[in-house]
Amino acid sequence: MKLDDKGKKAYLKMVKDEMPPTKHLATMSKAFILGGTICCIGQAISDLLHLAMPTLSEKDIGSYTILIIIAITGLLTGIGVYDKIGNWGGAGSIVPITGFANSIVSSSIERKREGVILGLCSNMFSVAGPVIVIGITSSVIVGLIYWIIGLFA
Amino acid sequence: MKNHTIIFDNPVSISATTTIAGPKEGEGPLHKYFHNIIKDDLLGQKSYELAEIKMHIYAIRNLLNNAHLTQEDIDCIFSGDLLDEIIGSNYTMREYDIPFFGLYNACATFGEALIMGATMISNGVMERVICSTTSHFSTAERQYRNPLELGSQRPPVAQWTVTGAGCSLLSSKENSKIKITSATIGRVVDYGVTDANNMGSAMAPAAMDTIITHLKDTNRDLDYYDLILTGDLGQAGVRMLTKLMKEKNYDLNITNYDDCGVLIFNTEFQKTEQGGSGAACSNLVFNSYIYKQLKLGKLKKVLLVPTGALVSKISSLQGESIPAIAHAIAIEVM
Amino acid sequence: MSSILTYLQVFVVGALICTFGQVLINFTKLTTARILVIFLLIGVFLEAIGVFDIIKEFGKAGATIPIVGFGSTLAKGAIEGVKERGLIGAIVGGVEASGAGLGGAIVIGFVVSLFSKSKTK
Repeated sequence: MKLDDKGKKAYLKMVKDEMPPTKHLATMSKAFILGGTICCIGQAISDLLHLAMPTLSEKDIGSYTILIIIAITGLLTGIGVYDKIGNWGGAGSIVPITGFANSIVSSSIERKREGVILGLCSNMFSVAGPVIVIGITSSVIVGLIYWIIGLFA
Repeated sequence: MKNHTIIFDNPVSISATTTIAGPKEGEGPLHKYFHNIIKDDLLGQKSYELAEIKMHIYAIRNLLNNAHLTQEDIDCIFSGDLLDEIIGSNYTMREYDIPFFGLYNACATFGEALIMGATMISNGVMERVICSTTSHFSTAERQYRNPLELGSQRPPVAQWTVTGAGCSLLSSKENSKIKITSATIGRVVDYGVTDANNMGSAMAPAAMDTIITHLKDTNRDLDYYDLILTGDLGQAGVRMLTKLMKEKNYDLNITNYDDCGVLIFNTEFQKTEQGGSGAACSNLVFNSYIYKQLKLGKLKKVLLVPTGALVSKISSLQGESIPAIAHAIAIEVM
Repeated sequence: MSSILTYLQVFVVGALICTFGQVLINFTKLTTARILVIFLLIGVFLEAIGVFDIIKEFGKAGATIPIVGFGSTLAKGAIEGVKERGLIGAIVGGVEASGAGLGGAIVIGFVVSLFSKSKTK
């Protein structure tokens, strides 16, 4: 039995009214705190690298910082702690590059039982795949636009 | 059969039941009613799927032992689960020599099994039948939703898939006061809900449709039953059903109405949002808590309505809405 | 070591970006994957129109750690690649610049998951 479109609309409105409210203040404050903290940790890592290896370029410090953050995230995901952090902080854990790293590590861990090649490796990007595809594609488009502009300048 | 309802001329005894509950369920409000509670939901196996199969094998073995029967005494087993191709049940039955019908109606599978088993026995085709289902939080999560270690927040409408296995023995040889007297077979109902996290709202219309059909076919009112028990609508789904029934002039508030998903967890302390769900949810609650109340005479007429959301990973992604089904089984003390 | 004020700037910028993400989660039904893509594209766009440098100047890690920073790295790499190498730089530049994030995630992801198991919830 299917409802017609009018009936569906009416039901979906009823559903919306009955659904438990989202705790906006709580979730947004937690995202605020966690996001800011993660970024400060990143800043601290950059500063420490600058002190330890003053000859490194800005670019390389940036790269090392990202690598270290990804490694920490990977470790926390591997020992089963990161999902608790994510559950608490929501977007505060998803939006920083930690979210990207966590999605890669968690997807691979999940499918390890199906074997290393066909399980772990095949599924590594099941959540983060769009980031790679859209990221690279959009950067290429930007590059192309700049190249075309360059032709006319 | 009257319209969509089978009225059993020979009501069918539910002679024995058994349940195995997961650790989280074992910390819930019904923990003292479960026959067994496992501490490790991996059960020492290599994967959660193997653990689910192991639970199912143990449950069937426990039921046979409790009823002092061997597998040769059982004419058929009707069972199902939530795994793709119901491999859980298939591999479980590889360990037994009992003729097997594998069923799938998502979380309503237990209802489907009870109706099919009862029909076979009531008509004398079979004498002893086992009806069983399993589900497991970790196998359902990885199949339908996210990797377990992904740090995402569960939305407030989400439900927690129950980890457990349960079996009922229906028999014409071992008599019991607790009998299945009638059953209404549900039909697929789709009210357009597309949010795969909001199962309760997708299933409530199916529950409404089946309950009303049952009442009309049996010429009964809501207050005929001591308890009307839906499978896993969850807290919000319960509100949706109450509203939907009211629109059709049935007031659920006058009767004793509850939901297995709401009963099985303490949603506040256990952080299970809307409550439990899964093929084992209605099974665990009925075969432990409700069966005990029927045995003690505290409940005499129960309408069990397992509900199922008929969704697959792909159907959601392709933007399809979620159809649902609910079966109603009337169990009475005679 | 940066000053306390700098850390405050980092905190605020990072926190605001993440809170915006939480707003999206709360008011729409966006999943993790879609949120990652949206913020990535914001980063690409802001870098393309030249605005991201200002935000980075003020917010430092608060701007580069969120995935918007990854998007800006990609876009910046493509732009500079075009400047240095012409047309081929459009493809090569972005991938090269984001190599640390991408390569690192793959290798670390692979090694960590070899030694880990998913846990009971």
